[in-house]
Amino acid sequence: MRAVITVVGKDTVGILAKVSAKCAESNVNINEVTQSVLEDMFCMIMLADISAMNKPFGDFSDEMQKLGDDMGMSVHVMHETIFNSMHRI
Amino acid sequence: MINTHEILETITMIQDENLDIRTVTMGISLLDCMDSDIDEACNKVYEKIVTNARNLVPVCEEIERELGIPIINKRISVTPIAIVASACKEQSPVKFALTLEKAAREVGVNFIGGYSALVQKGFAGADMALIKSIPEALAVTDHVCASVNIGSTKAGINMDAVKIMGRVVKECAELTRDRQCIGAAKLVVFCNAPEDNPFMAGAFHGVGEPDVVINVGVSGPGVVRAALAKSEGLDLTGVAELIKRTAFKITRMGQLVAQEASKRLGYPFGIVDLSLAPTPAVGDSVAYILEEIGLECCGSCGTTAALAMLNDAVKKGGVMASSRVGGLSGAFIPVTEDAGMIHAATIGALSIEKLEAMTAVCSVGLDMINIPGDTSAEVISALIADEAAIGMVNSKTTAVRVIPAIGKKVGEELNFGGLLGNGPVMKISTYSPAKFINRGGQIPAPMQSLKN
Repeated sequence: MRAVITVVGKDTVGILAKVSAKCAESNVNINEVTQSVLEDMFCMIMLADISAMNKPFGDFSDEMQKLGDDMGMSVHVMHETIFNSMHRI
Repeated sequence: MINTHEILETITMIQDENLDIRTVTMGISLLDCMDSDIDEACNKVYEKIVTNARNLVPVCEEIERELGIPIINKRISVTPIAIVASACKEQSPVKFALTLEKAAREVGVNFIGGYSALVQKGFAGADMALIKSIPEALAVTDHVCASVNIGSTKAGINMDAVKIMGRVVKECAELTRDRQCIGAAKLVVFCNAPEDNPFMAGAFHGVGEPDVVINVGVSGPGVVRAALAKSEGLDLTGVAELIKRTAFKITRMGQLVAQEASKRLGYPFGIVDLSLAPTPAVGDSVAYILEEIGLECCGSCGTTAALAMLNDAVKKGGVMASSRVGGLSGAFIPVTEDAGMIHAATIGALSIEKLEAMTAVCSVGLDMINIPGDTSAEVISALIADEAAIGMVNSKTTAVRVIPAIGKKVGEELNFGGLLGNGPVMKISTYSPAKFINRGGQIPAPMQSLKN
């Protein structure tokens, strides 16, 4: 089971660190990271393994969203199934 | 392996283009709740609904949080109450409406549908009592929705019922005149009503359905419009293909949510309704899709053709995406719920006559249209008859949900708030069809061959 974490907003110091720290704290293993900075806009997509996550998915999603709000960025966590079902037959 | 483009496409659809699941509707059969004592029957109805639907809202909220897709409404549809009430000795079935309201509040759903009667060929049991009680039932409740099926392709049109429904629609508005005539917005008059429709106000749980079932209605006009806006220079073949592909993606989302909800609630998955259901939010409009296809304003010449293509493409894309399809399935054109339709009606580009033509090629019918408060009951009945005739002849569902704006004239406004939106009072022909309506009787079922 994997989750897609997206982070979008104004680039600043420590975004990746804070997001990955929260993942580690929740026992979520990051598999892949795609990241780009266009001018000062930061955009990151993470694929993370949530099979051994130590909390319910909804709580993890809420915590990530709160982390995003604190940093002034938009952070979203979505289950991989939604992408698979939308884009794969 | 999912790629970045696909991830961003999905997220943009949800965050910027108003993609959502419009409704997860639990259909519940009340056939086992019948009793000759109305209070006993109401107790059984309450228990059955609350027991089965207790987890509906929490489970949907859990799915919303996990998949990251909003589920706007959680609803319940029940067996037409006229059937359940037919065993009762007491005349007025309003107690059932109050029971449905109480149960809806207890489980926290947005609407409960099924205060309904099916009278396409005649009245039986409690049908007449239920129809006459609709204005009162809708005035004393907030969540209950009513519908009456007055015609079908197989039976023809019950013109006695049509005559009564004109008066009922008007009374619904009159009894709720201090609340923007909201009563009439919760009543739909159908021809060929589907038994598995998850959308309000016309949802009810047909007698051929399982005991409890999960039906899902999707939305997504904003996504279709955005996809068209990004693809300049397509001919109409290309436009239809693009709409199909987009509808496929939207419907996949509905299929996923339906399967998840069904698994977690432990009830069978019924259908996904392949719908393009607008909201008053700017950008989430079926009218804007038609305008993106190339019309200056919805309601212009060309609207019917563009809508026909849109409706067909939505179905073609959606059918491939879901294992079980049903309900109303198609593009909706509710005037007050669609920012583009509201605009077109306000500036006079969209008339009721044009809307009637549009209903011949799209999902439902004359939906959420405000008409002057002094419109006679016969005119409303005749409007219902016209719309039912379109459905009957074309073997499709049609419906009428018009709101007589009591005390208001053409150009003034009704504002319902929320998903029901707001809109101007539209002009309707006032020439009298009274003699035609007062004849009563039945319009016979149409020929199914010699199709011209």
